[in-house]
Amino acid sequence: MPGQAWTVIARAGILTMIRKRAFLGLLMFAWGPFLVRAVQIYVTANYPQVAMFAPTAETFRQFLEQQDFFVFIVTIYVGAGLIANDRRANALQIYLAKPLMRAEYIFGKAAILFAFILFVTLIPGLLLLLLQVLFAGSFAFLSKNLFLFPAITVAAVLQALLATFTMLALSSLSKSARYVGILYAGILFFTAAIYHAMLAITGSTRVSWISLGANLAQVVDVIFRLKPRYSTPWPVSLIVILGLVALSISVLERRVRGVEVVT
Amino acid sequence: MKLDVITTRERPSSSADTPVVLLDNVTVIYGSNRALKEVSGRFNAGAVGLLGPNGAGKSTLLKALLGFIKPASGRMTVFDLDVAKHPLEIRARIGYMPETDGHIPGMNAVSFVAYCGQLAGLPALDAMQRAHEVLYYVGLGEARYRNVETYSTGMKQRIKLAQALVHDPDLLFLDEPTNGMDPKGRDEMLELIRDLGHNKNVNLILSSHLLPDVEFTCDDVVVMDKGQVAAQGPIDQLKGPAGRVFELRIKGDLPSFVEVLHAAGMECTSTDEDVMRVFVPDGASRGRKDQAMLFALAAQHGVQVRHLRPSIPTLEDVFAKALGEQ
Repeated sequence: MPGQAWTVIARAGILTMIRKRAFLGLLMFAWGPFLVRAVQIYVTANYPQVAMFAPTAETFRQFLEQQDFFVFIVTIYVGAGLIANDRRANALQIYLAKPLMRAEYIFGKAAILFAFILFVTLIPGLLLLLLQVLFAGSFAFLSKNLFLFPAITVAAVLQALLATFTMLALSSLSKSARYVGILYAGILFFTAAIYHAMLAITGSTRVSWISLGANLAQVVDVIFRLKPRYSTPWPVSLIVILGLVALSISVLERRVRGVEVVT
Repeated sequence: MKLDVITTRERPSSSADTPVVLLDNVTVIYGSNRALKEVSGRFNAGAVGLLGPNGAGKSTLLKALLGFIKPASGRMTVFDLDVAKHPLEIRARIGYMPETDGHIPGMNAVSFVAYCGQLAGLPALDAMQRAHEVLYYVGLGEARYRNVETYSTGMKQRIKLAQALVHDPDLLFLDEPTNGMDPKGRDEMLELIRDLGHNKNVNLILSSHLLPDVEFTCDDVVVMDKGQVAAQGPIDQLKGPAGRVFELRIKGDLPSFVEVLHAAGMECTSTDEDVMRVFVPDGASRGRKDQAMLFALAAQHGVQVRHLRPSIPTLEDVFAKALGEQ
């Protein structure tokens, strides 16, 4: 069916990943913080002696922040080879000779990484919210913090979008998944290092827009109605994130072609 | 084991003249290099060879027809559909076997071919069934559960053909399908292509620089050189103009004798070793026997004829003639 080829690509990619035992282990490990938080919610809901540990809106923000590490690992594990391996195996000419558009190919590849990132952020985040209601036996917390449902969703989707498109763009630049993984990690750490160096020099967090991670943290703080941790205006951070996604899409548009023309 | 997995099409007797691909002044430019220069031509139904030396623009033409490359000017149609406006409809009806190795990493052969079938629009179950059948057809039945990355060069060529066939296309683009194959594998591949073109009546365009491959598998040929069409038409017609071909070896001043032959209206092309092929058009011998005229010319110019043998015109003659005219 026209326009549905991306689902074939996404399904095949997801199945290929979950057939790998190491990756399944990683996914299970990524749900570890969820279990800890679930126990916390259960205990505080049932034992008033530990009420000081009762979850707040910030608990869910902290949970998502804890998942950043797993998002990083999953992004490298799943994403680095998504296009790089196809380029290495000359698979793009096979794909694009079939009745599918380049956008469908990119969308299908993006869906694979996007799904796994949401699996370690959005799904456990929303499940925690559900568990809170179930363990507490009331909707009091939820009705008081109704914004949490869209906040978790928007924050997780924004993070997944940024990681997915940045990684896909990098993956389209090389034929080596290993090199792409190193490049992605390098960009994250390098931008953070530059930010910290600038912070040490200027003493101000207004330059946090330099760091990829800081931009995301800044915007997610606002989404969770918390005081932003940096002095950079959050719209600037959002613009940097959206700009990076747009840049990545532009790179993908140039790199994903059935033929590589060297002039 | 050969199964009847490819739909045997009914090809009407008049279809040989029906173009499946039409090119109208197509120009493709890579940077400052004009890969195709105002190419016009037609590929009729049936098996058509796209012949030319390396760099002639054959692969570029196929890639332009697939929509991988946008021509700077000109118009291309496949099955009367404009390539620029209906790329997806066209690709749904085309099977493409690329020149370079290509596979989906991490898949075994049957998963890979089934996956390609799904990408071409087949339901998952049908795609899997077709994958098994097509893999048997191309001779990979026993190796279909092996990872494609472990395949030999010949097997990789076969799996490329399988993925191109899985959705039963109306038109096949085969780009140098015998590249890197050993003689036995090459013969088997050519038999498969011939079977597709002549018994299954699949329309196919075989791009190759190997004349025997095209001659064995195709009825029509389009000869390309330096980004232009040098000759096109049915091979029999191109091979069989009025005239005869001789293999000739002489002792003496070869360059000046070649000039003498040219002056007498004949065409000469050098082949391996010191044997040249001489094409004598009708009328060039002016009523004498062709052989007698060649001997007479040799005697007149003090050249010894060491070897003279009538030969059958081959596609090589067409090729050499077309490139010579270029």
